[in-house]
Amino acid sequence: MAIKDRMSGNEAVAYAIRQVNPDVMPAFPITPSTEIPQMVSTYIANGEMDTEFIPVESEHSSMSATIGAEAAGARSLTATSSAGLALMWEELLLASSNRLPLVLTLVNRTLSGPININCDHSDGMGARDTGWIQIYAENNQEAYDNFIQAYPIAEDKRVHLPVMICQDGFITSHAVENIELLEDEKVKEFVGEYEPEEFLLNPGNPIAVGPYSISNYAMEAKKNQEIAMENSKEVIIEVAEKYRELSGRGFSLFEEYRTEDADYIMLIMGSAAGTAKQAVDDLREQGKKVGVLKLRVFRPFPAKEIAEALKNCKAVAIMDRCESYNGNGGPLGGEVTSALFRFKVMIEAVNYIYGLAGRDFTVSDVCGIFEELEDMIVNGTEIEQFQYIRLR
Amino acid sequence: MRTDITKINETTPHDQLTEGLMVFAGGTSKLFNTGEWRTNTPVIHEEKCKHCFLCTPVCPDGCIPVEGGKRLPIDMDHCKGCGICAAVCPFDAIEMKEGNI
Repeated sequence: MAIKDRMSGNEAVAYAIRQVNPDVMPAFPITPSTEIPQMVSTYIANGEMDTEFIPVESEHSSMSATIGAEAAGARSLTATSSAGLALMWEELLLASSNRLPLVLTLVNRTLSGPININCDHSDGMGARDTGWIQIYAENNQEAYDNFIQAYPIAEDKRVHLPVMICQDGFITSHAVENIELLEDEKVKEFVGEYEPEEFLLNPGNPIAVGPYSISNYAMEAKKNQEIAMENSKEVIIEVAEKYRELSGRGFSLFEEYRTEDADYIMLIMGSAAGTAKQAVDDLREQGKKVGVLKLRVFRPFPAKEIAEALKNCKAVAIMDRCESYNGNGGPLGGEVTSALFRFKVMIEAVNYIYGLAGRDFTVSDVCGIFEELEDMIVNGTEIEQFQYIRLR
Repeated sequence: MRTDITKINETTPHDQLTEGLMVFAGGTSKLFNTGEWRTNTPVIHEEKCKHCFLCTPVCPDGCIPVEGGKRLPIDMDHCKGCGICAAVCPFDAIEMKEGNI
């Protein structure tokens, strides 16, 4: 029987961490993710879990200690947001290139500057080329579900890569919503024990992790890492399927909401997908053929699957909660249009930037975007291909 | 099964390398002759050496062995010629000479 409760996104992830009971958690506080290590250390203090919690002096140290613990053979994790993730940048690349299956719960917050504590995806997007698997949640339920799937994905022999479980700062992390939880023993059985083949604290079987590599080896190592990222796609799908059998919930690479016959689709990631779905429901009542493609897995990037899912629509609105400062759009805008081109899906694709640093994004904004797409297709109106929503 | 790393070389295809280039052995830095980097070389004047062993613990590369109460010759395969041993010697028994001798 599922346990019904009310929780914020941070509470939900902390609850999942207690259920998984990993071996080591080094962490440093930063808004809005601070509650996660705070709640975990409370569980530990109350004797409800026995994870070794290491209070460190910075995020550079928390990721370093997580890497060290994971290499030693311990199932490890940390949590952070925004500038904390930026300070981890060097280590993020070491975690993935050393093929360590550790987990980071990211609570998405904008990067400075201007300094601001609210939600956008600039922290996660800044780490998009660090070799981490990135899974984004729409709400507290998905943050909980995604965390439970993190280790089974990361520790799979075909993968051995670190996983970032992302939820929107404040909107998801602090808002309390209904949630269905699994029983502790079901979570423990699903995640299983961590049994690495090779690890540092393994007497009689010495290893060296992260050795210097001359040019004759480094390119091959990077290719192998890329292959692991490609392999992770099938593992993510398998784990999602297994989790769906257990819980009755969840999506694979993305969720397709009312897209079957849709002429206009909004491709969006994170909490704003809920807003987009509400707008789709309202517009469907007026007879508009609209839908939402909510991206769950950003890394590996499901280029082929997205192109396939969009091929029958007339226009797609690609929603970026992050500015790339490349003069040509946001990260999703760039990657989705490249996917469409590579797989020869020649539909209209407009890139919108929304919700930067916590700017509101409402149902009427979504309706306005669908209206604009329709105007472009039906009346041939020329519209800007890269624009900001709610900019004064 | 562990990959036999002695069979890996600069022509090995990518799919036969170890994951993350992990090395399945310990103490492999001994195989790397950092002595090749040396641009200055410590030369011991044996007649001045009192075998006080002050040089041994300060060597960053552990290149000055002691056995049976005697300092043995410096391990030139790994000495990088930093000159710390010469600086700490109270008897001027170690002289730094230019070049990789």
